[in-house]
Amino acid sequence: MSKVVSMAEAIAWAVSDGDCVAVEGFTHLISFAAGHEIIRQGRRNLTLCRMTPDVVYDQLVGAGVARKLVFSWLGNPGVGSLHAIRRRVENDGDLELEEYSHFGMLGRYIAGAARLPFYPVRSFTGSDLAAANPRIASVTSPYDGETIPVVPPLNPDVTVVHAQRGDSEGNIQAWGLLGCQKEAAFAADRVVAVVEELVDESVIRSDPNRVLIPGVKVDAVVVCPMGAHPSYAQGHYDRDNDFYVAWERISRDPTALESWLDEWVYSTRDHSAYLAKLGDDHWKTLTPGPKFAYPVNYGEY
Amino acid sequence: MTSWTRSEMLVVAGARALAGTRVCFVGVGLPNLAVTLAQRTVAPELELVYESGVYGSRPSRQPLSIGDPCLVTGSGAVTPMPELFQYYLQGGLVDVGFLGAAQLDRHGNVNTTVIGNDYGNPTVRLPGSGGACDIALNAGEVLLLMRQSRRSFVERVDFITTPGRIDDPSRKGLTRVVTDLGEYRFDGNELVLTSLHPGVDVDEVHEATGWPLRVADDLTHTEPPREEELSLLRDELDPGRVYLK
Repeated sequence: MSKVVSMAEAIAWAVSDGDCVAVEGFTHLISFAAGHEIIRQGRRNLTLCRMTPDVVYDQLVGAGVARKLVFSWLGNPGVGSLHAIRRRVENDGDLELEEYSHFGMLGRYIAGAARLPFYPVRSFTGSDLAAANPRIASVTSPYDGETIPVVPPLNPDVTVVHAQRGDSEGNIQAWGLLGCQKEAAFAADRVVAVVEELVDESVIRSDPNRVLIPGVKVDAVVVCPMGAHPSYAQGHYDRDNDFYVAWERISRDPTALESWLDEWVYSTRDHSAYLAKLGDDHWKTLTPGPKFAYPVNYGEY
Repeated sequence: MTSWTRSEMLVVAGARALAGTRVCFVGVGLPNLAVTLAQRTVAPELELVYESGVYGSRPSRQPLSIGDPCLVTGSGAVTPMPELFQYYLQGGLVDVGFLGAAQLDRHGNVNTTVIGNDYGNPTVRLPGSGGACDIALNAGEVLLLMRQSRRSFVERVDFITTPGRIDDPSRKGLTRVVTDLGEYRFDGNELVLTSLHPGVDVDEVHEATGWPLRVADDLTHTEPPREEELSLLRDELDPGRVYLK
């Protein structure tokens, strides 16, 4: 049965107030379209997990969606700060933070995906991070007595991933930076997969090594071209670095942030309206030339 | 004589510090520019590893972030992040971790988490560790590249995000710090000034250091940026002056 639904349907079904939500994707394949829909639908009190909260979580926090962040690097990559988040932390003090290193967050997703009670990572020793976060602990190896830091599993209620293509059953293929999309999806209770392109099952089966997440783990498929903007989809469109740079100015000023949300999220019905507002010309400088991989031969048996 | 900025000297000195390095894990910020310069000058065989999941990157343009698509196309390998952190980094394949820092103390501890003494109620909330703490504890050794001032070179960091000296005989931890004023190495547990950049005197370095800084007996003077290094930086690697503000 086809799992294809609209973004509005997917978010309405998957995300409830108070949920623990991971919209993952490391710089690459970040579903801004899903983030914007969560804002439109007015969700509240979410615990937002992401290794790198990025601009999408600054927008969500700025819109009042979140009560807590679980993360490992809180910035605007290549640019600077996430000011909406910083205001909540530095001035209001009402945004709870649970902080790890990247490896710590990865360990959390791995333990979550594998249904393990904890995961060992060679990190944190000598750092104040473990003192700041009591959930970072350590165990003694039963084999050689080594003490090794451990992190607890992270099992989001919902994980949203973005990918280049998938079929209607939710078999998802991605290439380029894969971040922790696979682990975050396998760790979650509900998975929404957003794809640039809906393809036939035969396309997926022609290259099974490229499947990142199988349909058995995916609950909803949303077809949303350019749904990662201003993040990117390798081979489809480039990262909109100008937007990331512009966000510095927008998020620094609460009034400018509010106007931006009004103009680009609340006043756009869905992502196609957002794209119409951006205009076709926007993609002229963001569309890469083609560079194909050499085909592989799986063999006919 | 050609003139240059202190930011340019900083990046050039950072790039030169990678001479002889085979595998470098590239941190966020200034190191991102210095490694591409190193690859074009002192270390053409340098394999660049990015925490985003790339090994052996050959970027065709200067990436703004460490997750840029140009790092992927034509690279040696792209891996999920758990694989990169576990097998490449924790597995011991990284020679040098090359990091930036907001705040550093005399023992080489780095703070990229909070300014202010109350973690839960900080004066300034910085980005946090990202991969820095993981890289510092798992790379063969660590180099730091940062701008120096009394605010960034402090007696004690407000929060140890990434420890400078590590208790692991198979790894060296932080070995070298390059700033816009000079270079530093450890004598015991303390950083000492080992090289002065051109146009900088020792008094100015003391002014920009928040502890009574020791100067090495054999203090050297950094060679000024060469024409080739400057033209690569200005014309090819950072023409938009994104990094070299």
